[in-house]
Amino acid sequence: MTRQQGAVAALAVAALFSASASAQETFRLGIVSFLSGPAAESFGVPAVNGAKVVIEAFNKGAAPAPYSKVGFGGVRIEPVYVDENGGATKQVQELRNLYDREKVDAVIGYVGSGDCLAVAPAAEEMKKFLILYDCGTPRIFEDGKYSYVFRTASHAVMDNVALARYLKARNVKAGTINYINQDYAWGHDSRNDFKAAAAQLFPGSKTGADLLPKFGAGQYGTEISALLSQPADLMHSSLWGGDLQAFILQAAPRGLFKRTQAVFSAADHVLPGLGQRMPDGVILGARGAYGLMSPKSALNDWWWKLYSDAYGVHPVQAPYRMVQALLGFKLAAEKAMAANGGKKPTPEQLAAALKGSEWESPAGRIRMALSDGHQAIQDTAIGRTKYDPKKKMVTLVDIQRFPAECVNPPAGVKGEEWIKGGFKGAKCP
Amino acid sequence: MSTLVTILVDGVTYASWLFIVALGLTLVFGVLKILNIAHGSFYALGAYAAATCVAWFGALEISPWLSLFALLLGAVAIAAVLAPLTERGLLRFFYGRDEVLLVLVTYALFLVLEDATKLVWGVNPYFVSEPYGLFGSVQVGALSYVGYDFALIAVAVACGLGVWWGLNRTRAGKIVLAVIHSAEIAASMGVNVGRVYTLAFMFGIFLAALGGALTAPMISVQPGVSVGVVIVSFAVVIIGGLGSIEGAAIGALIVGLARALAVHTWPEAELFSIYGAMAVVLIFRPEGLFQRVKARRI
Repeated sequence: MTRQQGAVAALAVAALFSASASAQETFRLGIVSFLSGPAAESFGVPAVNGAKVVIEAFNKGAAPAPYSKVGFGGVRIEPVYVDENGGATKQVQELRNLYDREKVDAVIGYVGSGDCLAVAPAAEEMKKFLILYDCGTPRIFEDGKYSYVFRTASHAVMDNVALARYLKARNVKAGTINYINQDYAWGHDSRNDFKAAAAQLFPGSKTGADLLPKFGAGQYGTEISALLSQPADLMHSSLWGGDLQAFILQAAPRGLFKRTQAVFSAADHVLPGLGQRMPDGVILGARGAYGLMSPKSALNDWWWKLYSDAYGVHPVQAPYRMVQALLGFKLAAEKAMAANGGKKPTPEQLAAALKGSEWESPAGRIRMALSDGHQAIQDTAIGRTKYDPKKKMVTLVDIQRFPAECVNPPAGVKGEEWIKGGFKGAKCP
Repeated sequence: MSTLVTILVDGVTYASWLFIVALGLTLVFGVLKILNIAHGSFYALGAYAAATCVAWFGALEISPWLSLFALLLGAVAIAAVLAPLTERGLLRFFYGRDEVLLVLVTYALFLVLEDATKLVWGVNPYFVSEPYGLFGSVQVGALSYVGYDFALIAVAVACGLGVWWGLNRTRAGKIVLAVIHSAEIAASMGVNVGRVYTLAFMFGIFLAALGGALTAPMISVQPGVSVGVVIVSFAVVIIGGLGSIEGAAIGALIVGLARALAVHTWPEAELFSIYGAMAVVLIFRPEGLFQRVKARRI
């Protein structure tokens, strides 16, 4: 073989390897959620389960249009799952590892409000693309400004404004209101938002007991006594997961739900597990039109069947929020790839594609309408529990839907200011 | 007056639950000199085992009261199987080493057991609320309580008296006290110290698992239940004095009542009340309420 022939052969081999690498190129997607700890059962694991079946459907090209392209724009998705348990400091390090060591192209994750507040500045500093899919605190984009960070679900203001509007629409008495919320960002924000909304819609309403048990308390006997000792028309709570289940199991036999109208801002996920143990007549939200309150659509039917067939239980709020993040990201990634000649996009191109975008999700239309196109708004719904002995499951009745513009602040206005200002600009039917 | 009664009832019911768990923790420390971080994991395992046993007994449809026996069986199973494995298979290799090293070993065990629990039972919640309704309701003033809470007080009292009587009024108890005083001298007198360690560890773990088993009907049993209880239990045994049974009882009462007082009168200070009480005790009694000051052996 001459030197020239050798060079040609080497080039041919290199080209072959390059073509092979290109054919095997994947879109590495970091997915962070609770795989252990108290939030795993209610939020983390169902959300990751949702991600698994949807990514599998994407990779097979089996999702309905406009999500039917294989993977992201023909590039197969390779998920990297990371446990969110362990605290905010650990999560910042894990996020850096995902970008630097795992070389992920983007990250979708985070349930905990504290985690979201910690990781958002880290992603921004690294100039890496990040979607916050679940956490509720409004402070992320109201107190900060980001180029690479997005949240594809509404923040907690929506949940509590919708609850208050539901109570008003149904003429539920709200003279005195008791509160029990966890002692961290989510609990405090939820309590403050509901208090402010109640002050607007029920002028003269008073606060009775105002309890802030620690996260993961487990034992609520003393709190239940305090709530029973101060008779109130309403009891507001944003408890969730194991804490909410324990609270219901301990409060129901003591007659708390017969003495006061309970309103839970994020409770749909406990219904399948509690079953008959869930008292009738409890008013609850799901932080969106999710699960039993989801709208009828072909996309929702596809998602519901996909999840139910895989796991033997219907999807609740956490997997809904995960799938809406994945659907929005898929469209944004494909738009960015198209603008990049079919190649994998840069974080800047991804951010430009997702900013201000809109897409259909199983829970309705998601619009990146707030915080300069980085914060989503969506429709939501509130309902009332009723056990159905024939179906042997808790159903939701008296469901009322609220358009996104009715329960979310307009662009440029902080949630708390919007509520205290009398919901200016709200568009309700 | 009625608020005072409510605070007392709430404080004592919370303290009784806490005492059962803290008693096991303080017993293990008293005999083996191990600050067992994995105590909460055995509490969680007790809850899971109880949930499984209640489900088995429930399927037999004999009597709902059998579910109480199922709770006990769950705790016994954990203590009988896992405690000897842990003590003989792991902890004994570290006896005589620095106490800090043992803390690290039990912390590692805690992490391992957390994941092992998930491997066996998964992450889905288990509900075993049947025993919770067996004792009906009890009216105290204007408030209704669940009878099960008062049964828990009786169990806690029985556990405390039983351990005290066992240690102070039986031959086996005197042997344990001899080992606590000096394992070397007890061994030279013919006491099988290794067996005493194993049995004491088993009983301590039984109390942790019993605490978990008795709590299972009140909660959804799922990953993460082990963390909170072990932190508060440490506060209890530190207040009472590490290794002291009377101290665990008084410590549990102080924590229970301080917490109940805070929830009813100043809810924002609930968490502070527990550690505030601990700080006050430690200012005046750095060794805890019932721990005698000892000269450090060099």
